[in-house]
Amino acid sequence: MELIHYLILSMLLFLVGAVGFIIKKNIISVFLCLELMLNAVNLSFIAFSRHLNQVHGQIFVFFVMVVAAAEAAVGLAITIVLYRNRNTLNVDDADTMKW
Amino acid sequence: METIFFYLFGGIALLAAINVVAQKKVFYSAISLIICLCAVAALYLLLESPFIAAVQIIVYAGAIMVLFLFVIMLLDPFSAAILQDKKKYLPYLAAILGGMALALFYPLLKSYNPALTPRNPDAIGGGTASLQQLGQALFSEYLVPFEVTSILILIAIIGVVVLAKRQPQK
Repeated sequence: MELIHYLILSMLLFLVGAVGFIIKKNIISVFLCLELMLNAVNLSFIAFSRHLNQVHGQIFVFFVMVVAAAEAAVGLAITIVLYRNRNTLNVDDADTMKW
Repeated sequence: METIFFYLFGGIALLAAINVVAQKKVFYSAISLIICLCAVAALYLLLESPFIAAVQIIVYAGAIMVLFLFVIMLLDPFSAAILQDKKKYLPYLAAILGGMALALFYPLLKSYNPALTPRNPDAIGGGTASLQQLGQALFSEYLVPFEVTSILILIAIIGVVVLAKRQPQK
């Protein structure tokens, strides 16, 4: 398969994730869409890594995964604290910092 | 053969991704995302990156998604207050933005010429990166970032404990 096929698939996955990020109400769903976008970017990293025959892409994916793990842990902790304090998981209700 | 597997696993990944967005209940969204991550791991195997595929299954589909499922089951994501729509225009906005992004990619795809970006034939050992080459690059060229990630994870652990142990303010 050519590089472009993987890039198109990666683009579509990213697009689905981005659309979900906008329309989802539940903060956990928003997180899931975020993971989807990170995953799409990882796919294009790996596709380029094979296309250029270099390890750098794979190492970047490794770092992206580490950051995603840290981000998921911290984000979910914030979600739990939000639920304790506000008793809601709706992103539209957590708008104190908006004003 | 590669073409069949690419379309098979690519299709599974895309359908599962759409299901993540389309699903109303967040628990099913998470299960669907696990399927998507596993299909993408299969694509990593097709792209000759078995180590990343294994890490994807173990860390992503294993550890991170289990964390998500724990939190989903701990909280109450099916309550009516969460599913209530407050901004009705958001799906239309998302459709417009998605269509615009697709329209942006169309000229890019039309002008694509594979002859301009040939596959690099001479590289590390003439083939794709083996696990040994990956490890050597990680512990020589990328040693400092690798050590920094351990500090990042330490910060994340401390942050999570501090956040989750805090008592609700009365």
